[in-house]
Amino acid sequence: MSLYQDLILDHYRNPRNAGTLPHPTGSADAINLSCGDKLHMDIALKNDKILDIRFSGSGCAISLAAASLLTEHVKGKTAHEALGLEPKHILEILGITLSTNRLKCGLLSLETLKKALAINTK
Amino acid sequence: MFENIRSDFPLYKKIPDLVYLDSAATALKPESVLLAMDRYYREYSSNVSRGLYPLADQATMAVDEARQKVASFVGNKKEGIVFVASATQAINTVSLGLLEHVKKNNNIVVTELEHHSNFLPWKELSRLTGAELRIAKVDKDGFLDETGISPLVDDNTSIVAFTAVSNVTGLINPVGEIIRTVRKKNKNTLILIDICQAAGHIPISQEEWDADFLVFSAHKLFGPTGVGVLSGKPESLSLLRSVNVGGGTVLDALTSPVTYKQHFERLEGGTPNIAGIVGLGAAIDYLNGLGIKNVRNHEKRLVSLIFSELQEAFGKQVAIVGSQDKEKRTSIVSFTHSDMHPHDMAHLLGEKNICIRAGEQCARPLHNSLHIDASARISLSVYNTEEDISKLIHELKAAFEILVS
Repeated sequence: MSLYQDLILDHYRNPRNAGTLPHPTGSADAINLSCGDKLHMDIALKNDKILDIRFSGSGCAISLAAASLLTEHVKGKTAHEALGLEPKHILEILGITLSTNRLKCGLLSLETLKKALAINTK
Repeated sequence: MFENIRSDFPLYKKIPDLVYLDSAATALKPESVLLAMDRYYREYSSNVSRGLYPLADQATMAVDEARQKVASFVGNKKEGIVFVASATQAINTVSLGLLEHVKKNNNIVVTELEHHSNFLPWKELSRLTGAELRIAKVDKDGFLDETGISPLVDDNTSIVAFTAVSNVTGLINPVGEIIRTVRKKNKNTLILIDICQAAGHIPISQEEWDADFLVFSAHKLFGPTGVGVLSGKPESLSLLRSVNVGGGTVLDALTSPVTYKQHFERLEGGTPNIAGIVGLGAAIDYLNGLGIKNVRNHEKRLVSLIFSELQEAFGKQVAIVGSQDKEKRTSIVSFTHSDMHPHDMAHLLGEKNICIRAGEQCARPLHNSLHIDASARISLSVYNTEEDISKLIHELKAAFEILVS
């Protein structure tokens, strides 16, 4: 099965929650130097709930689609729920399996999200 | 040229439709190399330089013969050939071997063109000794030249390390000229040349270049993994503190200080990778049989084809990294596409059994300097054909359809 399923390609070409927030309560950057991927994430948290979330950056289709799908997934959820997400959940959301070499592409957005939440909840 | 060459490489029997375009990462192995290694294990498996029985003699002679082949191949004397586990280990053997030689007021000159393996050992030596690390820049076309390196060299430069051919651009640096200008500035400076991407693609002559150290790995040269070569001038090798003392290195272990052997023996502690070294010897025989001129012509022809086909298929969407002068290139072409990330290209090609490299290619300094996050790399060898290039371009177009159109 190709990695490049319709769901991935759809989110890569038409990313949801792309852009930045004017007044984020938390932001973070993460980079994957060996791939050349960079992500920035803004979140707006109120009473532990993720009211809004945006991402921007550059990267491969997998890392950008994962960011789009993840932001969609956590919007409206609590920070606690988002912080509890694990790599296996990302793969479930993506609907594909990733080789060791591509796993880091899929997980960059989760790393960025957790950093943004950690900064926010400090 | 090389019409039936694929029958020499067993991997094509197993995967007939393989389009292998990642030979700069590791080359495929010919049958003769595999047989030579197998023969060691089956017919004369024994340790070297120790046993007094005929089998041990045979193994010792086989390693000695391989050492001579390597020496002839790089233009050095047999005594200067040190077998280690990888080119990276060869560089660390020099950098850490110079720990007591390099002082705080010294400096170390490297370049932004280096593979991490010829960058990090020097950064580490700089950290350990306090010596300044100086990093030479490439020119606008991606070449190192004497104007980049020699201004950084002064009376306090203890070592200059640079690559003969970039693993990203495939561009061939004027090694001999650079060394001459460095020696004019400081005749005592040690000089190490990384020939990992040059060996097997262009002629090498350590003596003519007047380099203190050359390093390369067997596996990029049709040989096995697990063997690297440090080729040194005997007097330069003698400056190195051994970072791997032990069995095989010593004349008298009880004297104080310990009396070590000379030349390569002092630096080759432990049982070497005998099968691998024999395999490297067979790989050099194989390469000599092909003829370096024939290899070069074959690779140049295919590189030209890649340039023209990429241009025709994608026009200005594709940017080649470094000068396109094919006379000054080996068999590596790295590129970026304005609308496709290198990982996506490489992955989609991989799904069609086409193997290319993507990412920063263990060359962060160069990518940083060129303001490229990542690139895709095609690297060729003698078993590649025009049909491989057609398949590559066809599938790159298909990738574009999937990702962009």
